[in-house]
Amino acid sequence: MLTPMALLEIRGLKKSFRSPDGQLHPVIDIPSFDLAAGQAVALAGPSGTGKTTFLHLIAGILTPDSGSIRIGDDEIVGLTEHGRDRIRALRIGYIFQSFNLLQGFTCLENVLLGMSFGTGADPSRAEALLRRVGLGDRFHHFPRQLSTGQQQRVAVARAMAGKPQLVLADEPTGNLDPANAREALALIRETCTENGSALLLVSHDREILGAFDQVPSLADLNKASRPTALSRL
Amino acid sequence: MTLALLVRRSLRQHLLSTIVTALSLSLAGGLLMTVWSLKTQARQTFERMDGGWDAVLGARSSKLQLVLNAVFHLEASPGNIRPADLAALAANPAVKAVVPIAMGDNYQGFRIVGTTTNHFTDHQFAEGQQFKLREGRLFEDGYREALIGAFAAEKLGFQVGSEFKPYHGLNYASKASDNVQHDEVYVVVGILEPSNTPADRVVWIPIAGIQNMAGHDPATAADVSAALVQLRDPAAGFRLDQLYNKQGDKLTFAWPIGTVMAQLFDKIGWFDNVLTLVAWLVALVAAGSVLASIYNSMSARRRDLAILRALGARRRIIFTAIVAEASTIAAIGAALGFLVHFALLFGAAVLVRAQTGVVIEPFQPGWVWLWAPAALIGLAAAAGTVPAFKAYDVDVASSLSPES
Repeated sequence: MLTPMALLEIRGLKKSFRSPDGQLHPVIDIPSFDLAAGQAVALAGPSGTGKTTFLHLIAGILTPDSGSIRIGDDEIVGLTEHGRDRIRALRIGYIFQSFNLLQGFTCLENVLLGMSFGTGADPSRAEALLRRVGLGDRFHHFPRQLSTGQQQRVAVARAMAGKPQLVLADEPTGNLDPANAREALALIRETCTENGSALLLVSHDREILGAFDQVPSLADLNKASRPTALSRL
Repeated sequence: MTLALLVRRSLRQHLLSTIVTALSLSLAGGLLMTVWSLKTQARQTFERMDGGWDAVLGARSSKLQLVLNAVFHLEASPGNIRPADLAALAANPAVKAVVPIAMGDNYQGFRIVGTTTNHFTDHQFAEGQQFKLREGRLFEDGYREALIGAFAAEKLGFQVGSEFKPYHGLNYASKASDNVQHDEVYVVVGILEPSNTPADRVVWIPIAGIQNMAGHDPATAADVSAALVQLRDPAAGFRLDQLYNKQGDKLTFAWPIGTVMAQLFDKIGWFDNVLTLVAWLVALVAAGSVLASIYNSMSARRRDLAILRALGARRRIIFTAIVAEASTIAAIGAALGFLVHFALLFGAAVLVRAQTGVVIEPFQPGWVWLWAPAALIGLAAAAGTVPAFKAYDVDVASSLSPES
């Protein structure tokens, strides 16, 4: 049963990929995982432990082989692609390691697109978010005209644009130097707190993980990422 | 708004291919509209351009040759009408008016036509429109005087008082020494206002001038080349058709002029069809270029499309954005196509006027202005569905690299 405060509830989640030789390789096997509304949790795990796959499953970008993923009242597994797109647009903000900004669009347009498919484009809110992340004078700059730290701030503003209940951050500081990494992490946490969004961050950076109270290990959660499984990947 | 933003930015990101593709579409659109306008307007204009006459009577020949020769001043004369036949025609109670014309000479390629002054004083070449003098006066019978059509006057540089010696024959050889010039000197006494009819290309002189020109056969001096006829009522045309074409065997009665000209366009209809086919093929190739340019950019767009999907964009939006992009390129091309269309049609109009005196209006609106751009946009949109399906199927997870 979903606890009253739980925003994300995962049960018996399994995902395998077929290799070119036809063999099935389990990548995700997570019996149980919960995240409460407004909670911030960092998952620790080295590269190849299935962190991105786990976040893609939660976001509905990938579909699991079995199991259940509930976000609020919505069961993601079994939804049509359209339904999963809708959940992603309305409830989830996604921050990527490589920022994944749209290079042909300005900072303001990138943030606007973060809300366009869900709550609808709101230029004044997009501008306020960019000001909030310290880019009030960069509305019409293109990503290539920004430093990497600034690009990640745009990515943070874009993730928050649709007022998501859940923010998924995949190695959000992986491409930043330590000073920018600390700054970006602080920004992500602050904006999540201001929005009331739950944060699920995955990283292998110990300094970043040290900033969280709860740092479960993905290797412990994910039975498929234990050494025998890892050696197959 | 989102769709417009996606399309606008994508067009800008691929600016060079957008411009090249839009230009190729503009050529296709321009060509399509020009071919269509030209054939529609040419047909309408030539069928309507009867010079205010109902029929032409001439020597036994094809009706089309008679009309082209006597009304459009294009073809060679098939022969002469004897004075008695002309008199009989004029005396026929079904005939309201007859104007004889005679030809056989030119001045630097502009046909010299002998006629009577009532061609200009009593006759309306179109509803409510008579020939008007821009300067000077009409020629007088019995004098070597000439009245010049506006286009001919402009091209020959004639003014009132200018003098010229006619050349023998209807055509002017490009090698000057091949032309035989008559000794008679004609004086320009008047220049006509433009009438936008074949008459603008004619050097008009008294009919006796042609008949008695030195070197012409004195035995046929009283003959005329053709008679332009106005009937009292349409039914009279059937009677005269019966009289000259079915019962007689030495003259041809070309009536009604519009129907005779329609036969010309029916005969060259295959040429119209070939031109139209070529224009459509160009449009198809241009639509194919839209497909190719967007399709070829799909690899570079894969990541952007995956990011949009990760932000919650539905597949339908991605599909629509690509089709809208193709349609927008076509719309830009179609808009530019109007410039190509006007330029081509203007050039064609100048050529048609120089050759026939008939005026084609480049800016005359037609349905082609609506359906040709719409067809072009429709073709491009259809072509856009191919890359749109590819975009529709982008694998989001694998396109959002790197993985951790």
